[in-house]
Amino acid sequence: MEFMKPGAFKDNARHALADENLRTAMTMLNAGMIPNRQGAVDRLPEFEKLSQQGRELKDHVLGHLDYYLERFERNCTAAGGHVHWCSTPEDARQAVLEICRSVDAKSVTKGKSMIAEEIHLNDFLEKHHIEPVETDLGEYIIQLAEEPPSHIIGPAIHKTKDQVSDLFLKHHAKLGRTERQTEPPAMVNEAREILRQKYFDADVGITGANYLIAETGSSIIVTNEGNGDLTQTLPKIHIVVTSLEKVVPTLEDATTFLRILARSATGQEFSAYTTISTGPRRADDVDGPSEYHVILLDNGRSAMLGSEVQDMLRCIRCGACMNHCPVYQSVGGHTYGTVYVGPMGAVLSPALLGVAETKHLPCASTMCGRCEEVCPVSIPLPRLLRQWREKQFEAGDGPSLERWGLSIWAFFATRPWLYDLGARMAMRGLAYLGRGKGRLSKLWFAGGWTDGRDLPAPEGQTFQERWRRQQRERALS
Amino acid sequence: MSAGKNDGGNSSGGRAAILGAIRQSLGRPELNNEAKRDLNEHIAKHRANLVPARGKGEHGAQIKQFREMAEAVSCTVEIVPDEAAVPGVVAEYLRANNLPTQITLAPDEWLAGLDWDSQSLLETKSGAAGIDDLVSVTPAFAAVAETGTLVALSGGGHPTTLNFVPDYHVVALRTSQIVGAYEEVWTRLRKANKQGKGFTMPRNINMITGPSRTADIALTIELGAHGPRSLHIVLIDDESAGETSDRTDGETDGEVGQA
Repeated sequence: MEFMKPGAFKDNARHALADENLRTAMTMLNAGMIPNRQGAVDRLPEFEKLSQQGRELKDHVLGHLDYYLERFERNCTAAGGHVHWCSTPEDARQAVLEICRSVDAKSVTKGKSMIAEEIHLNDFLEKHHIEPVETDLGEYIIQLAEEPPSHIIGPAIHKTKDQVSDLFLKHHAKLGRTERQTEPPAMVNEAREILRQKYFDADVGITGANYLIAETGSSIIVTNEGNGDLTQTLPKIHIVVTSLEKVVPTLEDATTFLRILARSATGQEFSAYTTISTGPRRADDVDGPSEYHVILLDNGRSAMLGSEVQDMLRCIRCGACMNHCPVYQSVGGHTYGTVYVGPMGAVLSPALLGVAETKHLPCASTMCGRCEEVCPVSIPLPRLLRQWREKQFEAGDGPSLERWGLSIWAFFATRPWLYDLGARMAMRGLAYLGRGKGRLSKLWFAGGWTDGRDLPAPEGQTFQERWRRQQRERALS
Repeated sequence: MSAGKNDGGNSSGGRAAILGAIRQSLGRPELNNEAKRDLNEHIAKHRANLVPARGKGEHGAQIKQFREMAEAVSCTVEIVPDEAAVPGVVAEYLRANNLPTQITLAPDEWLAGLDWDSQSLLETKSGAAGIDDLVSVTPAFAAVAETGTLVALSGGGHPTTLNFVPDYHVVALRTSQIVGAYEEVWTRLRKANKQGKGFTMPRNINMITGPSRTADIALTIELGAHGPRSLHIVLIDDESAGETSDRTDGETDGEVGQA
């Protein structure tokens, strides 16, 4: 996927807009996710209140993050678990590798984890001759397709049913499944049967965590398929890959987030499986892993604390912002070229990868504000995007034409009399060019607009002129 | 409590570096003892946040709501008058679904104590789930009316694999185990597993709301993605006949799933 780099947003978007399959998939996303979430929110009158409590809780935790992480570690350790503090993705990969090597692991099963994506764990494991087996159906599909996820909760959301049929036939034929399955029940069943043995064969199971509980030293996963539970119960070792900001104080506090997560994400009242895991198997347990490790990744998060983008650390990864984003809906997740996509990705990625690496992302927004409206922890995404834009401009990173344009605009905008004069001249000029038709179908420097639609020609006066006239009339009446 | 502090195997990473970076960003040193004491207290109180009204009704209404919510997520629910009826309805469930007669029972004292021999056709075994096990029968620790959620605790009496490996999962639940909100389960857990000032957690708390499902192919919801295709709840009315309703609260000694 060479073109999928964050710097290539514009090219990616062009590809995406011409992709019929993507259009089909995104239309379904639009028709399903938005009403589903709204329904779930409407059925719970306390939803707004719960969201507000969630937001306050996250802010409280972020202000005392060192305390809660130490507390988490102490309780995790007391329950027989191990905590690995990792500043960088490389630290995290090495920690995982060391654990895998301790049991001479040949294969690891994996539940869905965005942190595992963030540290590009699969490529790394393969390089070290350990087979990573994605078990979440969506992750399994994109692993077969050798693609990154295009959505944080539905990684294969960009694939149509037919594309998955083709993909399964191509990869499952060598396993003796030579019949092309065309209906979802048969396809789901085929994947189920193929993955079953893998769960039992794996030496290590890796999952993410939606939350960590400081009070008990536990991790929580929220899933629907049951793959995460098979992944973390059957192998000898369970590794949780997670990040600093996932910690919450108590079981009761975690409960508040559980009430808003599924509703915001899939519109379910509760996901099928919410699992709280604490330490390895106990003396009288007859199943469960013998070791429990938590990989605690920083990767730029500690630096976000106390900064203008700290609010982003409240994110609970529900995906509501991307489901409701007109840009995401048009171009899909791969266009962003980053692990995290949509509005939350456009805010988080510059913090993780640097502003220069991700220069188009903060601009991939219409600033319509829908993302902030549906965010269950009220992250001011448009404001944070604007902050990145400002940072980019200050750093001199933006595209040069845009910088040049903005400088010209700033020159006029800071000289009102000149701005007024310029606006009046432009207005008259455009009105002249569009005379007769009342619209302009071609305009220098504005091809981006006029290639797709006509620009209405201005008529009459500039805003300032009309404003002044209205003020005069009001004073007279 | 042995050393679990690990620096991630890399000198550039590590605990001290991360905690130091957090404190630097927050613009303060490590919290002083007084501040820590306040936060310790916050945890020790573990106060419930807002509990939705739907989780607070009277017990009869909660039983009804539990059933409705569970059925809304594709569980099947069957009510029986007493626990003695459980082996019979399990046998009938297998017949109705054309299933073989082998079942794997959770090695739970109460469940194992039911009269399974009364069903001559049933072949029971006990223990963790094997890859070919088709049907499991387990107890639950509690159930939550708010969303129709079963809560199972792992332990010697309840292997976690029984909740996920078999295609068919049958849960024997008593009406006295149904509560309104999740928080009530935590209260029961803290009491049942009390140890010193705190309590012990089992390896797993499994909150189960309907059978396994996925929407990963073209957003079409399919049941039985990796976990059970069916979740059948046998609900034992242990309250109408004047039986005690607080069994779950009675024990304080174990981590066993079934109180």
